[in-house]
Amino acid sequence: MSARIGSNKRIGLRQKFAELNWFIVLIICAIAGLGCAMLYSVAGGSMEPWAKNQAIRFGGGLVLMLGVAVIDIRFWMFLAYPLYAAALAMLVVVDVMGEMGMGAQRWISLGFMNLQPSEFMKIALVMALARYFHCLTDDETVQLKSLIKPIILIVLPAVLVLRQPDLGTTLLIIMGGVAILFAAGVRMWLFVVSFLAMFPAAYGAWQFLKEYQKQRVRTFLNPEQDPLGAGYHIIQSKIALGSGGVDGKGFMQGTQSQLNFLPEKQTDFIFTVIAEELGLIGGLSLLGLYIVLIGYAMIISMSVKSQFGRLLVLGMVITFFLYMFINIAMVMGLLPVVGVPLPLVSYGGSAMLTLLVGFGLILSAAIHKETTIPRGGAFA
Amino acid sequence: MKSSDKNKMKMYTRRATLVSAGMMLLSSALVGRMYYLQVTSRSKYELLAEENRISVRLLAPTRGDIVDRYGNPFATSTTDYRINVIPEETEGLQETLDAIGAYIPISERDNERIIRASKKQRSFLPINVANNLDWETFSKMNVNMPDLPGIQPDMGTTRFYPQRELGAHIIGYVGAVNEQELQNDSDPLLELPDFKIGKNGIERVLDDRLRGGAGNSQVEVNVLGRVIRELERQDPEPGNQARLTLDLEMQSFIAERLKDDTAGAVVMDIHTGEIHAIVSNPSFDPNDFNGGISQVKWDALRNDIRKPLVNKPVSGQYSPGSTFKMIVALAGLEDGIITAEDTKYCGYRYPFGDRVFHCWNKNGHGDINLVQALAQSCDVYFYRLARELGIDKIHAMAARFGIGERFNIGIMSEARGINPNGSWKFGMVGERWQGGDTINVGIGQGYVSTTALQLAVMTSRLANGGKMVYPKIYFDENNNTVPEDMGINPDHLDVVLKGMEDVYYHQRGTGFRYRLRNKDYKLGGKSGTTQVRGISAAERAAGVIDNEDLEWAKRDHGLFVAYGPTENPKYAVSVLLEHGGGGGFAAPVARDILEYVIDRDIERNQQTNQQPSMSGQPV
Repeated sequence: MSARIGSNKRIGLRQKFAELNWFIVLIICAIAGLGCAMLYSVAGGSMEPWAKNQAIRFGGGLVLMLGVAVIDIRFWMFLAYPLYAAALAMLVVVDVMGEMGMGAQRWISLGFMNLQPSEFMKIALVMALARYFHCLTDDETVQLKSLIKPIILIVLPAVLVLRQPDLGTTLLIIMGGVAILFAAGVRMWLFVVSFLAMFPAAYGAWQFLKEYQKQRVRTFLNPEQDPLGAGYHIIQSKIALGSGGVDGKGFMQGTQSQLNFLPEKQTDFIFTVIAEELGLIGGLSLLGLYIVLIGYAMIISMSVKSQFGRLLVLGMVITFFLYMFINIAMVMGLLPVVGVPLPLVSYGGSAMLTLLVGFGLILSAAIHKETTIPRGGAFA
Repeated sequence: MKSSDKNKMKMYTRRATLVSAGMMLLSSALVGRMYYLQVTSRSKYELLAEENRISVRLLAPTRGDIVDRYGNPFATSTTDYRINVIPEETEGLQETLDAIGAYIPISERDNERIIRASKKQRSFLPINVANNLDWETFSKMNVNMPDLPGIQPDMGTTRFYPQRELGAHIIGYVGAVNEQELQNDSDPLLELPDFKIGKNGIERVLDDRLRGGAGNSQVEVNVLGRVIRELERQDPEPGNQARLTLDLEMQSFIAERLKDDTAGAVVMDIHTGEIHAIVSNPSFDPNDFNGGISQVKWDALRNDIRKPLVNKPVSGQYSPGSTFKMIVALAGLEDGIITAEDTKYCGYRYPFGDRVFHCWNKNGHGDINLVQALAQSCDVYFYRLARELGIDKIHAMAARFGIGERFNIGIMSEARGINPNGSWKFGMVGERWQGGDTINVGIGQGYVSTTALQLAVMTSRLANGGKMVYPKIYFDENNNTVPEDMGINPDHLDVVLKGMEDVYYHQRGTGFRYRLRNKDYKLGGKSGTTQVRGISAAERAAGVIDNEDLEWAKRDHGLFVAYGPTENPKYAVSVLLEHGGGGGFAAPVARDILEYVIDRDIERNQQTNQQPSMSGQPV
């Protein structure tokens, strides 16, 4: 376990804060600030019931993020498998509780807060996969048999979350995992073949479905068939968005969102309010902030010396991107309606906490980018 | 840095660049879409949002008709003409209401209701003034609209039962959706305030088929909720027709024939099980249930001792009486303990243990064989036969002929009847089966209990050569199975059918008075009488009072099953006369029904044979 002199020396806390990438912290604060302002707007110009709560939560999450950031990246690698095991165990507990007649449950109540294992799993899976690929040589990485363990790591939580049932989170988990396999260097043709194999597989599965199940899938894929149910949101969302125009109707002036034509406007459909009230300019500005954040984090990842750190950053960035992309594409009618919040903006605690912890890990990787970790692991 | 680490880093950089490019590509799709919605289509959405909003309204489908086998309607939907008033468009709501009063009377209560509604809801929304207007009044009001500011003529559909009482027990009726139905059914239609669903009978059983699917209309609504115009419309999908096996003409003939009786009758095709007629008398008018029945009418129906709401041939359970003797006879023949020629002695009295059972014929029948015993309905013959067979063999044969079976033909409250045996009695009565119980069952009394529908099925299975035919009341792809053979010796069936023929055509047959004369074909049948009261030994000694001298509710029930024509059987009939004074009274009814349907078939055959190509259509 010989650590390299210089690169792996202990860094003091003050130096860590100096090394901290404050630009990223600033953009995150800007996005969250815009989110709080919009929550203030949709409440009709009031801090209650959403904006205040959200601001307090963001404050707490920010402290947590900085705490995660200053902890040594080697410690996070050490924790990767135990955290994964803990997250998987919690998913099983939720599954069993659901079986025991408590309905579709996605969280464990701890009294003071509700723990949502599927959120926890998003981070844990990225860490576990990053650690796994870190520990392989580049020859091993391209071998087929090296794929067995990571695929199991992905499929187990995916199946458990699908049973909850939560299709949106399942897809996020799978896509996040596959992105890491890709970045780690798994042979390109495998992705091409898997992608092509999906079509006959989907066709085969379709034949097995009962008519009412098929109808459900059709409504899911084309919600406008059902203008009173799923399609209603999309129709209203598009009207609100489109009528915002280039410069928007003005802060707190959105007729559609203010007059309750839009349901769930404080959560999954918050982007619609931004686009209606602040127009194309507002929407593009937010999208710009996201893209800068993502691009900047990607650039950081390429300068990280350890494979674990790089893959960790990439996994968290992909998760963040998928949240953002799926949510915005959904409210604009490009994707079917799935319950995915707009990162750092939608009202709600669990997703925000996940994303801030994720950025904490990204920042930690950035602070410790010179740290090299032997294949066997730092503390192993 | 080791070379492996360098390779990994190079690989990572390449792949991460690709991932970044992918994310940028997807993000630019978002930008493009945003541009399309907010710049390219801005004016379209702005119009929708600023001036108008979309409101989606459900459109109710027209309920499918229920028709007889030839397409004649039992239930249809009629256009219902309504008048609404829009307070905002009147020059004074009360003035308009007064003006409407010249065409249709508006009661004090209605007037109050409308005024009250106008204060509660926004003034451009319509308030219903009157429903079910006749066309003449409706069109007169339409023409005079300038004098009636603010009125809004409107149309909807209402369920209509053109046959009224005829077949009401089978057709059922529709009614408003209740809370429980709303919870168990996710169809958005049920939430429409005016929507009616099947509550009973075919209306309920085939509700899915009849109901149809909701349509919707997306209308532009302004800030206040006023409709500006329709944007998109998806027409509702009308309900499917339900075609019954019933024959309206025959149904009507039978209802007329039973007019004065509290009675039920079933006519069945013995080969297919199609029920051509099923009548329950007295009946009720399902139209009364449409808008919620009035308390007075409901009480009258509920308290009538003739029970018009009960579907007598399906829900009423009666001792089959002597109509059950065919089952006992067949059980004996199949078991081999008797042959057609064997005789048994009837001397009026049949002592058993400390009891004495009697034949209806005080002179006794003497030595009598099976065919004669059926024709003359000798009780003692069947006491003896039942005693020799034991209940288990009788029970088994009765089960094969549908006694004690629920057929689920699609009518609510189909009664099961009772096909008793030892375990049944022990379970239900808590006592062991006695020899006397078997003797009672031998003539269809005691614990055995059937419905007229079951007796029609029994008769069909006897007359069709022992095919396991099941009754059906509506045409459906799923119930066109060919009846399976029950494996009964055809000679044995012939003996039983011969006994039934002799009921009408042997001089001493119980139905001889009611036989068909001057016809080319014959009928077979069997009477049955159900005692409503017990006859005490003392009363028997003093002489049994004639039914005619008893009050109605104490008279015997009369049953009769029949089939025909005997040469080539096609139809089975069962008739039930509550307190009708015995099977003898039901015999002419069954005969008239069969005569009517067979004559009509003959006539139709002649017509089609004489003019085969006139219209090319079956009549």
